[in-house]
Amino acid sequence: MSWKTRRLRGHEGAAAMAFLLPNFLGFLVFTIGPVFFSLVASFSNWNLQRTIPFQWIGLENYAKLFHDPDFWLYFVNTGYLMLGLPVAIGGSLVLALLLNRDLRGIVAYRTLFYLPTFTSGVALLILWKALYNPDFGPVNVVINWFLDSLGVNRLVAILTGRELSAPQWLLSTRNLLGIGVEQVRIVAKQWGLGARDAIIIMGIWVAIGGNNMLLYLAGLSNIPQELLEAAQIDGAGRWATFRHVTWPQLAPTTFFIVVMSFIGGLQGGFEQARVMTGGGPAGTTTTLTYYIYTKAFEEFDIGYSCSIAWVLFIIIFVVTLINWKFGSRELNY
Amino acid sequence: MTKQMTRQSGFGRWWRRRGRFVFSHGVLAFLALTMLAPFLWMVLASFKPLVEVEELNPFPSKWQPVNYLQVFREIPFARYYFNSLFVAGWVTFLQCLTSAMAAYAFARLRWKWRDHVFRLYLATLMIPGVVTMIPNYTLMVKLHLLDSYQGLIIPAAFTAFGTFLLRQFMLTIPRSLDEAAQMDGATHWQVFWDVILPLTRPGLITLAIFTFMGNYRSFFWPLVMIKSQHLRTLPVGMLYFDSIYGRQTNLLMAATVMNIVPLIILFVVTQKFLIKGIQLGAVKG
Repeated sequence: MSWKTRRLRGHEGAAAMAFLLPNFLGFLVFTIGPVFFSLVASFSNWNLQRTIPFQWIGLENYAKLFHDPDFWLYFVNTGYLMLGLPVAIGGSLVLALLLNRDLRGIVAYRTLFYLPTFTSGVALLILWKALYNPDFGPVNVVINWFLDSLGVNRLVAILTGRELSAPQWLLSTRNLLGIGVEQVRIVAKQWGLGARDAIIIMGIWVAIGGNNMLLYLAGLSNIPQELLEAAQIDGAGRWATFRHVTWPQLAPTTFFIVVMSFIGGLQGGFEQARVMTGGGPAGTTTTLTYYIYTKAFEEFDIGYSCSIAWVLFIIIFVVTLINWKFGSRELNY
Repeated sequence: MTKQMTRQSGFGRWWRRRGRFVFSHGVLAFLALTMLAPFLWMVLASFKPLVEVEELNPFPSKWQPVNYLQVFREIPFARYYFNSLFVAGWVTFLQCLTSAMAAYAFARLRWKWRDHVFRLYLATLMIPGVVTMIPNYTLMVKLHLLDSYQGLIIPAAFTAFGTFLLRQFMLTIPRSLDEAAQMDGATHWQVFWDVILPLTRPGLITLAIFTFMGNYRSFFWPLVMIKSQHLRTLPVGMLYFDSIYGRQTNLLMAATVMNIVPLIILFVVTQKFLIKGIQLGAVKG
C-alpha cells in the first residue's frame, strides 16, 4: 500500500464516520439496542404496572409460553389466516399472466388491481367491517337477495328440508376447516364461514393485484423470448409452454414471494384484530402479534410479551436462513 | 392439426383478429370491476342518507354531500389530517437525508469494517417490528416523549431499508464522476451533495414515496404512543371514530374516502417510480 492510498483511506474513514453517524446512531438506539433489550427483558417478569417486584426469572417465560393454551390457539389462528396466501399468490400469477400482453389500456388495469394494496390500512379495514356487517352490510344484503328474492332458498328447502342463512362473518367463530373454539380439534358444528374466513377473503382482495403481481410481471418480462419461441416451434401448446418454460423460469420469483409472504403472514393480523374484531369472537382472530400487543399494552406484562416476540423472531429467522440457503441471491430485475 | 382447422373457419379468423382482444378485455374488465366494487360502494354510501345505507340499491335516492361536512363537525378530522401529513412529512425528510448519507458512506467510501457493518444492516431487515416496538415504547416512556410529535417522528427517522435501497442506486453511478469532482478539489460533502445526490434522484423519490405512504398509514406505533385527542393521526382517529360513531356508516364512509384520496392522488402521480422501486426492493433476497 503506497503512502498516498493509505492517506486517502484514513481520510475516507473519517469522512465515512461523519456520513454514517446520524443513521448509525439511530440504528443503534432504535434497532440494535431494542433487539438485545427485548431478549434480556424476556428473561424477567418486568411489568410496567409495578404490581409485582422486578425479578430475573431465566427461561420461565418461555416455559410458561410452551404450556400456555392461548399461545397455541393463537398460533393456530395465525396459521389459519395464512391459508389464504397460496390463493393470493396463485391469483397474482394468473393476473400477471393476463396482464402480460400488448393490449391497449393494460396500464389502467394494472393500476386498478393495485389500488387495494396501495390504499390498505385502517381505512380499508373500516370499509370491510361495514361491508361484512351481518344485518346491514352489502355482502349479506346481496347474499340475502340471492337466497330469498331469487328463490335459491326455496329450492334448498325442497331438496334438504332446511334453509340457508347468510354467514355472520366477523361475529362468527365458524370456519371452513371446522376448528372448534378454544380447542384445536375438528367440530362439525363449527363448519361454515366466520370471522377468520372473512379476514382471509379480504386479505386476498388486498394482496392479489399488489406487489406480488408486480414481481410476477417483472419476472415474466425477464423470460428470454427465444425460450418461448423455441417452445412454440416444438409445437408446445399454451399449457405446455407455461408448464415447461414459464413456470420453471418464474421459480426464483415464486420462491421469493412465498418466503416473503410466509414471513409477513407470521407477523400479520394485528390491524385486522385491533380494528375489526378486537381479536374475537372467542379469540378466534387473535394472532401472535395481537397477543403480543395485548400482553404488552393492555396487561403491561413486558417480560412475557418480549418472550412471545422472540419466539416469533426465531421462527422468522429460521425461514430467512432457508431463504438464504436455497433462494437465489439476485432475481435479476 | 387443430390449429390449421380453426384457421380455415370464419370464426377462427375472427377469433385470431378480434376475439382474443375482446375476450381478454372482457375478463380483465370483469376482474377490475370485482376489485373496484367495495370502493364504489364506499363512495356511493358516503353520499347516502343513513337509512339508505343498508338498501340493495347502491345508488343514493338523494345525494347528500353534506355527510362530508358532518365528519368535520363530529371529529377534529382536519387536525388528524394535519397530524398525519406533518408526521409523515418529517419522517420522510429525515429518513431520506440520513439514509442517503449512510448510503454514500457504504457505496462510495472505503473504510475498515464497511462490509461487516453493511451486513449487520441487512441482517436487521428481517427483525419483526414487534420485537423492537416494545423496548422502543419503554424508551419513549423514559425519555418523556410519550404522547408527542417527537415520539412519533424520531424513532421512525432511521431505516436500514432506506440505506440499502439508496446504496443499490448509488452503486450504479460511475465512479469516474466523483473522481473527476475530487480532482477539481471538491470535498466529500460537495461530491455527495452536488454529484451523487442529484443522480440518485429516482431512488430518493422511490424511498420518499414508500416512507411517506408507510408512515401515513402506520397504526401500531401511533396507537400505543398517542393518548391526546389533538395528536391523533388519521388511522388512530379513524379507529376512535369507528368505535364511537360506528353506526353512522355513511359518515364513516365519507371519512374513509377522505382518508384514502391522498393515497390515490400520490399513487397516480408517482406510479412509475413506485413500481420500479417494488421490483428493485426484491433484489435484497
